[in-house]
Amino acid sequence: MTESNYDEIMTLLCDRLSSLTNSNVQITSETNLISQLSIDSIKLLNLIMEIEDTFDVSIPINALTDIQTVRELADLVHKIKSAS
Amino acid sequence: MNLLEKLDAAAAARKALLPDGVGAFGIPIEEVYSATEARIGDRRVLLLGTNNYLGLTFAPECIRAAHEAIDKEGTGTTGSRMANGSYFGHRALEREFADFYQCSSSIVFTTGYQANLGTISGLVGPGDTVLIDGDSHASIYDGCILSGADIIRFKHNDMADMEKRLRRLGDRVETTLIIAEGIYSMLGDQAPLAEIVKLKNTYGGTLLLDEAHSLGVLGETGQGLVEKTGLLQEVDFITGTFSKSLCSIGGYCVSNHPQLEQLRYVSHPYIFTASPSPATIASTRAALELLRKGSHLRKQLWRNCTQLYAQLKEAGYTLGPDPGPVIAAMLDTPQQALLLWQNLLEHNIYVNLILPPAAPEGKSLVRCSVNAAHTTEQIQYVGDTFAKLHSLVCE
Repeated sequence: MTESNYDEIMTLLCDRLSSLTNSNVQITSETNLISQLSIDSIKLLNLIMEIEDTFDVSIPINALTDIQTVRELADLVHKIKSAS
Repeated sequence: MNLLEKLDAAAAARKALLPDGVGAFGIPIEEVYSATEARIGDRRVLLLGTNNYLGLTFAPECIRAAHEAIDKEGTGTTGSRMANGSYFGHRALEREFADFYQCSSSIVFTTGYQANLGTISGLVGPGDTVLIDGDSHASIYDGCILSGADIIRFKHNDMADMEKRLRRLGDRVETTLIIAEGIYSMLGDQAPLAEIVKLKNTYGGTLLLDEAHSLGVLGETGQGLVEKTGLLQEVDFITGTFSKSLCSIGGYCVSNHPQLEQLRYVSHPYIFTASPSPATIASTRAALELLRKGSHLRKQLWRNCTQLYAQLKEAGYTLGPDPGPVIAAMLDTPQQALLLWQNLLEHNIYVNLILPPAAPEGKSLVRCSVNAAHTTEQIQYVGDTFAKLHSLVCE
């Protein structure tokens, strides 16, 4: 997995989060999914399914419990993709 | 926010959905008259929200067996299956379940919830994977969490999604437990077991099927979906509960894998709890015998299911895909579901109300559970009442 792949993951996440939340918050790698974007569990799981299909990976739902920020989510996807 | 404030926030969210005075959850049942009627407040209501599928809660054989067990063995075992809690009845019930499923091994647990918790957490652990249907019961989710395995969900009954996830697992499929349910508790639909088995045989993995809602309901002798589909030998582990068709409380796991016996030594939900009471075991044994001989009960149950499903469909409600003992009307908003639930109660009908996030896909459900003891007239009345309320709730 290359740096450009990581950037691709980050870009996709920011785009999708922006359209999911319809908020005016500028989404960056440090944006908090819960406290700043108020992403509920159903929205998050739908987003995860989309990411899984885009990158052809499966993300264990118990790995999501530690995820707070966009960067942490991108790191997780990157780690799983790199191992696959 | 401290711990208590978090609970206050959850209570506020609940109150926003359910105003004070609306006791939809944990409603007090004052008296139970029969398998189909009870008193709530000052109302004599029809029970359409129980899991008493074969209507055996007052079966004389079960009541007599429970009385005799209390007289002979007392009210409780006061100990774990691992210590002093394995009486003759517990072991006999395990032999009877093994015989019922033509399996070599069987374990009885204290609840159905613990049967899933104990079986899943005994079979998989950290580094392993569980592949589960997205609509799985909480006991399956909790068992997976307790196990420490990686939890991967596939979209409910979506075999293309399941296949994709099996493919992605690669070599990890060897240590993967696939879990599905005979009948799903929210919408009452059945797992596509033949396709699941086909995928399992193509990619590998171990298959566990939870027959909690399908025991007594599907198949000639009531084994569940495994019997209806003729796939008993293809499923590695079957779990289920006593608290639905068997009308008591407890759970089981059966298997032809001799390794099931090892769960008795590694499964905390089996070990660190008291075993079922002698009365519970005795009534369950009597109920299992009635269930095995109960094809007439299943016929009556299915007549009732088919009738109510057709009436609700005709009335314009959106239902799950399959008729069955669980018939859920899907509403777009919690307010609609609450309005329907309250009006049904005012018409002396008790059903289950299920609100997000418990219901799938953000929907709200008014769920009926049909049983074999309901009369044709009772079912007709329920269907007619739903139809009468459709315009009030949905338009």
